[in-house]
Amino acid sequence: MSQIPALIPTSLLLFALVSLLVGLRSARGAQLLAVAGMLFAFGVSALGLREVAFGGDTLRYAVGNWLPPIGIEFVFDSLAAYMTTLLTFTGAVVTVYAPKALAAETDGRQGMVYPSMLLVLAGLTGMCVTGDIFNLYVFLEVAALAAYALLALGERGAPVATLRYLLFGAVGGGFYLLGVAYLYFAAGTLNMAELATLLPELQESRAVIVAAVLMVLGLAIKMALFPMHFWLPDVYTNTASVPAALIAPIMTKVSAYAIIRLWLDVFPPGFFTEGVPIAAAIGWFSAAGILYGSVLAIAQHDYRRMLAYSSVGQLGYIGLGIGLANPIAMVGALLHIVNHAFMKGLLFMVGGVIKLRTGRTRIPEFVGIGRAMPWTMVAFTIGALAMVGIPPTAGFFSKWYLLLGSAEAGAWVWFAVIVASSLLSAIYFFRVIEMIYRDPERDSAVKDREPVEADGAPVSMAVPIGIMAGGIMVAGIFNVLIVRALLESVVAPLAGGG
Amino acid sequence: MMDPTFAWQPVVAVFVSAVAAILLSLTGEKRRNLRDSWTILAALIKFGAVFSMVPGVLAGETFEATLVEISPGIEFALRVDAAGILFAMSASFLWILTSFYAFGYMRGGNEVKQTRFFAMLATCLSATIGLCFSANLFTFVVFYEILSIATYPLVTHSGSDKAYAMGRQYLIYAITAGMALVAGMALVWQAAGTLEFQPGGFLDADMGTGMLWAIFLCFAIGFGVKAGVMPLHSWLPNAMIAPTPVSALLHAVAVVKAGVFGFVRLTGYTFGPELMGAIGAAAALAAFAGATILLASFIALTKDDLKARLAYSTVGHLSYIVLGIALLTPQAMLGGAYHMVTHAAMKITLFFCAGAIYVHTGKKKISQLDGIGRQMPLTLAAFTVGAVGLVGVPTVGGFISKWYLAAGAVDAGQLIFLGVFLVSGLLNAAYLLPIATRAFLRTSEDHPVRNEASPLMVVPIAVTMLLALMLGLHPDGIFQFFSIAELIVSDVTGTTFGEGGTP
Amino acid sequence: MTVEFIEIARYPYILIVALLLVGLYGMTVKRNLLKKVIGMTIFQTSIYLLFIQGATKQGATIPVLDPALGNEDPTLYMNPLPQVIVLTALVVGVAITAVALSLLVLLYRRYGTLDEVELLRRMKEQAS
Repeated sequence: MSQIPALIPTSLLLFALVSLLVGLRSARGAQLLAVAGMLFAFGVSALGLREVAFGGDTLRYAVGNWLPPIGIEFVFDSLAAYMTTLLTFTGAVVTVYAPKALAAETDGRQGMVYPSMLLVLAGLTGMCVTGDIFNLYVFLEVAALAAYALLALGERGAPVATLRYLLFGAVGGGFYLLGVAYLYFAAGTLNMAELATLLPELQESRAVIVAAVLMVLGLAIKMALFPMHFWLPDVYTNTASVPAALIAPIMTKVSAYAIIRLWLDVFPPGFFTEGVPIAAAIGWFSAAGILYGSVLAIAQHDYRRMLAYSSVGQLGYIGLGIGLANPIAMVGALLHIVNHAFMKGLLFMVGGVIKLRTGRTRIPEFVGIGRAMPWTMVAFTIGALAMVGIPPTAGFFSKWYLLLGSAEAGAWVWFAVIVASSLLSAIYFFRVIEMIYRDPERDSAVKDREPVEADGAPVSMAVPIGIMAGGIMVAGIFNVLIVRALLESVVAPLAGGG
Repeated sequence: MMDPTFAWQPVVAVFVSAVAAILLSLTGEKRRNLRDSWTILAALIKFGAVFSMVPGVLAGETFEATLVEISPGIEFALRVDAAGILFAMSASFLWILTSFYAFGYMRGGNEVKQTRFFAMLATCLSATIGLCFSANLFTFVVFYEILSIATYPLVTHSGSDKAYAMGRQYLIYAITAGMALVAGMALVWQAAGTLEFQPGGFLDADMGTGMLWAIFLCFAIGFGVKAGVMPLHSWLPNAMIAPTPVSALLHAVAVVKAGVFGFVRLTGYTFGPELMGAIGAAAALAAFAGATILLASFIALTKDDLKARLAYSTVGHLSYIVLGIALLTPQAMLGGAYHMVTHAAMKITLFFCAGAIYVHTGKKKISQLDGIGRQMPLTLAAFTVGAVGLVGVPTVGGFISKWYLAAGAVDAGQLIFLGVFLVSGLLNAAYLLPIATRAFLRTSEDHPVRNEASPLMVVPIAVTMLLALMLGLHPDGIFQFFSIAELIVSDVTGTTFGEGGTP
Repeated sequence: MTVEFIEIARYPYILIVALLLVGLYGMTVKRNLLKKVIGMTIFQTSIYLLFIQGATKQGATIPVLDPALGNEDPTLYMNPLPQVIVLTALVVGVAITAVALSLLVLLYRRYGTLDEVELLRRMKEQAS
């Protein structure tokens, strides 16, 4: 029994508690504690990652020493290690970034924000390490509750948008729980490993099929898979920069992770593709979502709203990887979880800097930012290029694997969608790049606009942005290391069943 | 762990200018002399590294450097062969000249954002040499995309409304092309399970004609955009809104030839000439290229703007090379390969002249050039040499490449393309020579005294002119371009050439 | 064709489904945000009831093996797990409701209404 799986969420919870107490007095102290907590969890994840990737063992922890299948089990395998490392890393980076943006955009007790951030991370990492489908629900809602609190910060529209998200989220969570009920009554256990051994005999059972559909539906709502994305654009547009930078990159991905986990490790091979065409349904909705999100992103004038619609489209890539149901496409989907986290994190953080320094959020007002903060905009450009999918940035490789996957599956419509979407994202990202570098003095089209006069990003924000930009490049060039060390073993169940 | 056969020269040749781009960005406008010396230093090192590999390549050696595995089973790797070194030699040599020229041009014209300009130019050169030396399709596409994107800030350099409109058009073409390539590459991987370039190709007929055509179409779009094959050419004349050094180096040599070079890699090293011929793809490509040669020449006749006329001339001449490749006969390929070099030397001369005229006198239109030969005789003499060469008059490089192209068309039994070459030669004469006659024979009060542009511009013009002449008089002099071109053809087709280029 | 009556044991499930639909109806159709939250609670309750109903056993006793209590037949045990699940889910549900209500309080203080249409109108008014 290894302590690592349990240590990650519990340490985050503990730090949340302590930073709450400290936060009542000092926001600075709470932030330092939050950074420490995230870094600690990141360190533990990285340690575990090393053991899993190079030792080849799955780490297990039985909660309260109640051995599975009776007790709750925490399982730290390649997929969990991959996810928790990403989550804690992103969390740490955003927490470092947070104070200046929070001070500018919120009033009142900023010390209360950091415990919430830690709680979000505790919930999300918990979802990743748990080996119990009901426990997953609890962590899902823990993360969601803390996220609601965070997202309600921000502009005037934020509370309404968050309330809608809450209602949708409750339905999503409810459906998932309903699925858990069916599965439990059909199989008599909640442990994932146990379910995996029992379900092959039950796969004809109607209760199991209903359970699968309900669970996936619930998670798809939480994941904002098109057409269940309604809540997302308003939330991301109205919330403050810090919650956006924390939640947009990782929150929805963990629900996607949960779908992948159910598929690979709980339900029998082929169940999602043959009996009930869940995978195909996810794939088609995702393909539609990619086009829908990209087209609507083109139509937006607000930077954050554009990013939000772009997220709807980008989540589609992950869904497409699930829908294609072959190893290489699943590798693409999993890689995209990391890549998109880096890219969206970077882009939202840049948005926060722009808002802090200039107060602007509308793209047409971005004229001349390129001159005011050149290095931040270089980072932005890297992020934008990655979103378009220009090699050798990370964004290219997830698309590349998805293309290979759709070629292998002969899914030519999806193949075309992936290719076309790059062009669409190029349109909306280059529109921003163009505006940033335009110069009213020499450009008649924008001569009436007031150019930005502002300082560059403060160090506490520039460093996180730089880390994300570096991450995009490194994750691109060295993606094979990730694929070989972690993801190949994760997608192995798909190789046999097709 | 380092591979014992790891060769440093290609790595240095590719990445030195990327390093220079970073260094010169950090140096900045305030120390412009230091900044510009980074460019020169990188250009010299780059050319030195490329040139140092020429003897080895001619002796049949290949230089390989595997950098990192970039996708399972696919390595990010460099390999230097005859085709790569031919293009790399011309691009890296001309970059040295273009750098000096650009200092003269940018400082003379008091352009803004010079740091960004030189950084992006250096990045483009890294990408160009990178795609020359790519060992496989994947590496090629990576550099191809970097080249596309790095060119964008150069196209929009002037910062005017119009420049951004043109930049937008350029991007849409470039990104579409890039996506087509990536799609084609995914199909190749699906069909063949490898992306490694091999002389003579690695695809074979049992992959199915439908699949092969799909692959071909993806690549034809991907490369055709950059190579300006009609109907995908319209970004190129518009991209001439970029500063002239960019038009000269990128839109006559590096970027557009990257597309042409793509066709070389596609025909010679991916499909193989036999398969290209067997599925009929070569014939289709030849038809488009032939049509482009004629149409572009006709359009060039109608342009009064000097750079626009040169741009359409470029569109036509790029298709010479594509046509040479698509004819599939050894002589035509030889002509095409050699034309990559000769056209580069001649066209860059013409663009340099156009830029010098613009910076020095502010004139852009051909109708304003009456008598300018009296003011800038050296510049216009160089222009005349370049123009004569493009027409195909002996003693200038263009004659030799056109000769082999025509001979190749006869070899292939495609007399219609022989006609295309002859007619377009006449058209070339019709749209280029009047500029020279106008400049020297007519008189105008605008140009009373003799004064040339800055030596920073005139010297590069003279050097490129001499290069064009040398390519015509002594094809194998110093740089041994002709031998390299012969080696490409024998790599691809297995034909060996005797003395004087006869198979 | 014979008319099949629904088995008596299924009636609770039908009620649960009805409750679930009532909840969803409230969440989607009602304009008042408070009513939406009430709908959400009803929706969640129906799921808890499903767990309870699924674990119900006639004449069952507490799952404690103690002869002193007279429980010697393990088949008579009530399965405790679903009830524990519901207990946990209830806590989650209460927390969600609490957050929802606090958001409602915030909204009411800001805009003086909980009617969604009216609220959005006032929000726009304030923004401009």
